[in-house]
Amino acid sequence: MADRTVAEIIERDQSELLKEWIRRQKEDLSSRQDVSDAELQTDSRNLLAALRETIKSDAQTDIHSSEWARVRDLLADLSRRRVLQGFAPSQTATFVLSLKQPLFDRLVATVGSNMKVLTEQIWFVTALLDKLALFTTEVFQKTREELISRQQQEMMELSTPVVELWHGILALPLIGTLDSNRTQVVMQNLLEAIVSKEADIAIIDITGVPTVDTLVAQHLLKTVAAARLMGAECIISGIRPQIAQTIIHLGVDLGNVITKATLADAFKIALRTRKLTVTSM
Amino acid sequence: MDKIPILRLGRFLLVTIQVDMHDRLALALQDDLTSQIVSTRAQGVLIDISALDIIDSFIGRMLANIANMARILDAETVVVGMQPSVAITLVELGLSLPGVRTALNVDRGMQLLRLSRASEDSDFDRRPIP
Repeated sequence: MADRTVAEIIERDQSELLKEWIRRQKEDLSSRQDVSDAELQTDSRNLLAALRETIKSDAQTDIHSSEWARVRDLLADLSRRRVLQGFAPSQTATFVLSLKQPLFDRLVATVGSNMKVLTEQIWFVTALLDKLALFTTEVFQKTREELISRQQQEMMELSTPVVELWHGILALPLIGTLDSNRTQVVMQNLLEAIVSKEADIAIIDITGVPTVDTLVAQHLLKTVAAARLMGAECIISGIRPQIAQTIIHLGVDLGNVITKATLADAFKIALRTRKLTVTSM
Repeated sequence: MDKIPILRLGRFLLVTIQVDMHDRLALALQDDLTSQIVSTRAQGVLIDISALDIIDSFIGRMLANIANMARILDAETVVVGMQPSVAITLVELGLSLPGVRTALNVDRGMQLLRLSRASEDSDFDRRPIP
């Protein structure tokens, strides 16, 4: 049985293999100081043991089968940890791939005289380790994507608060660039707040919006139109001088939307509309 | 066949749309409403659409039409109670109902009508028509 040879080698030369493997990993990771030897040692030993057990049990090289579950779990766990530590995907894959050389050396020493068996064995090891390395990259990528989408979600929620300035007057301080997705969230939040707070005036403050192009302007106008359909008047405030210039240069028609330079001015207008005044005590 | 009730509230008419609108119903509503405006000499029309979850371009246009017809008959139209999701859909469809006034709920709509009619309620208007 061809596969047995590899398992035997791992069993026989376990400590030697481990030493050499770790030495190679360290070469690759020399730029990073934050990986402890103990961690590398544990990870490597666990994976080697799992590999040996799995190869010994005559498992096929389809690493997605149930026999490989233990190896897969170990690698997935390692990959996930490394994403959080800020490793590159190649560094994670190298963790598996650097096992090749020590294994090949051992194979040559053991069955070197028989070319056919040697080729067969080397092919088996290569195919297997490549698959495992790709698997770590996959998990790495997936973990990172999850991270990104979670952060996106959080940013989305963070960046669209609706503030009640006064009874019936809402403020919506926008921060960051407006794209279609965010406009959707902003619109929804604003409209729901208009219903729940029974507001009739909403101030959209764009001080925190870095640039206003035709698309952003269109999104703003859409929000204003939607609020108007709900019976609330919108005031756009926080228009910086450059933005006023860009809006005119782009030929954007803000139409009959009330615009003010500062939130304070907008608030004043809002108070006046509601027939409220501020007096000094 | 369904019929949309038109309730008289003082000088104003209240229309509450609670069923799915279709062509025939919309036309019937336009008929009923215009004749009611004339017969009751109503000064304002409140259209409550808070029960509608979906508004398509057809109903959007119908609302605009009713508002225009009412204006010709010297009655102001206020559409009230639009759901947030409906407002978003209408805006995405490019229907922002330009000639139509809107309010959050019936109460607010009534206030709006009273306010805008208050200025015109001079004694001149109150004189009975001979």
